Amino acid sequence: MAASGFLAIWAWLAPGLAFLILGLVVPLRRSGRPAAWLSIVFSLGSLAAAVAAWRATVPDMARRMLWEWIPVEDGVLTSVGVLADADSTLMLILVALVSFLVQVYSLGYLADEPPASLGRYYVYQSLFAFSMMGLVLAPNFVQLFICWELVGLCSYLLIGYWYRRPEAARAAVKAFWVTKAGDAFFLIGIVMLWSRTGTFDFSEIFELAQGGGEALAGIGLITFFIYLGAAGKSAQFPFHVWLPDAMEGPTPVSALIHAATMVTAGVYLLYRTAFLFEQTPEVLAAVGWIGAFTALLAATLACVQTDIKRVLAYSTVSQLGYMMAAIGAGFAGAGFLHLLTHGVFKALLFLAAGAVIHAVGSNDIFAMGGLARRMPQTFIVFVIGTLSLAGIPFFAGFVSKEEILGATWVGGLAVPFGMLVLAAFLTAFYMFRVVFIAFLGAPAAAPAGAGHHAAGHGHREAHAHDAPAVMTLPLWILAALAMVIGLGLAIWHLEPEFEAPGWLTPLAVAVALGGIALAWLVYGLRAISPDRLSERFAWIGEAAMERFWLDDLFALVYRRVILSGSAGIGWVDRYIVDGILNVLSAWTLTAGDRLRRIQTGQAQDYLYGIALGVLLLMVWMRWPR
Amino acid sequence: MTLQAYLTLAALLFCIGLFGVLTRRNTIGILLGIELMLNAVNINLVAFARCLGDVSGMVFTVFTICITVVEVALGLALVILIFRIRRTAVADHLDLLRG
Repeated sequence: MAASGFLAIWAWLAPGLAFLILGLVVPLRRSGRPAAWLSIVFSLGSLAAAVAAWRATVPDMARRMLWEWIPVEDGVLTSVGVLADADSTLMLILVALVSFLVQVYSLGYLADEPPASLGRYYVYQSLFAFSMMGLVLAPNFVQLFICWELVGLCSYLLIGYWYRRPEAARAAVKAFWVTKAGDAFFLIGIVMLWSRTGTFDFSEIFELAQGGGEALAGIGLITFFIYLGAAGKSAQFPFHVWLPDAMEGPTPVSALIHAATMVTAGVYLLYRTAFLFEQTPEVLAAVGWIGAFTALLAATLACVQTDIKRVLAYSTVSQLGYMMAAIGAGFAGAGFLHLLTHGVFKALLFLAAGAVIHAVGSNDIFAMGGLARRMPQTFIVFVIGTLSLAGIPFFAGFVSKEEILGATWVGGLAVPFGMLVLAAFLTAFYMFRVVFIAFLGAPAAAPAGAGHHAAGHGHREAHAHDAPAVMTLPLWILAALAMVIGLGLAIWHLEPEFEAPGWLTPLAVAVALGGIALAWLVYGLRAISPDRLSERFAWIGEAAMERFWLDDLFALVYRRVILSGSAGIGWVDRYIVDGILNVLSAWTLTAGDRLRRIQTGQAQDYLYGIALGVLLLMVWMRWPR
Repeated sequence: MTLQAYLTLAALLFCIGLFGVLTRRNTIGILLGIELMLNAVNINLVAFARCLGDVSGMVFTVFTICITVVEVALGLALVILIFRIRRTAVADHLDLLRG
């Protein structure tokens, strides 16, 4: 039993060790490929340890291994260590697996990078894996928060990996700022919780929560602040604006950080602290509503994107909304299940999209077309991922998505349930829109609806072919995993947390198939002109094109409020704080210059001063008092 | 002769010496002033020794005279060196200490 804790620590520390080695041994890092292999070997070891740790766990039993970290007078303020139970080790496997596959895949994807920057990439990857695992295994809020910030840092570094591109640098800064806005509230929430309970430890807070409501009564504000942190990380409305821009990073990074692991940290946090959120049903309801709204909003946005990565990014936002909605409905387990399945198939989709981008040299789905014949392997795995995401039976996303729909219905969130069903329809639609345009459409077709499809072969698509084995192998592993999970969940039914109504499964399948059918009619058969469709929905299409003006709103707030406020504070700093100091230093200089004059260098003058001083002292001592 | 008379003489001698040290422009003159001040001290020591009947004051005087001789020898050597290097022995021109 203790073994699971030990194994989890090994899984956690292996990438940390790789990071240290690569970070300190500069020649190795600059050598590129050897550095990559070192990182890959360590992450494979980490994966093995994670799987072993999971197998060693006992149901309903958590293994804690703690080391005192900040001792205070009475006991320990906080500790570091691992909290290994069935859930955290399962998440650990997901992180280790996707991290490993992405690192292998990156060998192919970033093959053209210069060695030094390839080494830099793998340093970041190792640091990310280490931080994310520390987050997953954290036994208290402090360790969780530190790792939370570390993954945010890695996200920033990896989005800005191609830092010479201005868009990438801007996107990195945007991601950093927006998540930081949530993190500030998260930190406040943690400290408030500590001042209330006197502990950061999950288990101790859990016991308080079990012991009755008095100890934790009225913590609505605290849980709401913690939720804001999670919302920033997991790209919930209105913090979702950073995630689509984060697609400026390399595609494997998007797969690892912005689809499978880091962005789900918020969901994971709420799942881990579900006992806390159960104390505040009103906050939970807000979580559910915002989650469902995010899911629907992002789904509509995904329908109008032409950049394949942005479609996937909005889809990620949407799926994160699903998870949050399930947690908000009070069934955190459903959200966690979707987190795991989503991690697998969304990583698959991103990596497949990366293979396509690698081959075509463009992100624009209208610049692709007809890739099914040229890249059959990529096509197959992409379709597997798409079917999983759409929620088709026997694929990974089906059971978890249906669980979420059932959870929101049973949880009494009828309107969010409606939003989620609509979002499910849109999900199937926009994903198959990509499939039909990019993979099945005429090669390099003119923009849809222009009338003549065979406009001619693009230059680069003509050479498009499947990626090398180092890239396709991770794809096949993930695709197989998505199938196995889907079939496994279909055959061995999970113990349901709730009694879902019987009409739910047909509804979910019908909605998904409806979305696929619409996409087929519009983009496959072209029975319905996309133009007519967009005219019909012009009112929402226009808004979606402009991302519902949310980014503009944020930019406005940023420019007008924050920048002008900063300018005011800068003025105070420059002219008042610095001004006082400058005046003081100028006075000191002048006074020193004046005083310098009395140093004549004549020994007699000094002697005169001494004699005068002695005389004065004598007079003073003898002065009648 | 009372003790006060000796002390007055010593004080006058000290002040004359100090005045010489502070006002003479010639380095040798300054050394002479220092001699006068030291001898004022000697007079004090001897006067107190006589008055209190304690010979230690006289012993100190012998020491002081020895030290004075050494000091004068060193001082004159310094003056000669300075004169050789700077071609002057006027105190006003020696302002290396100026800040």
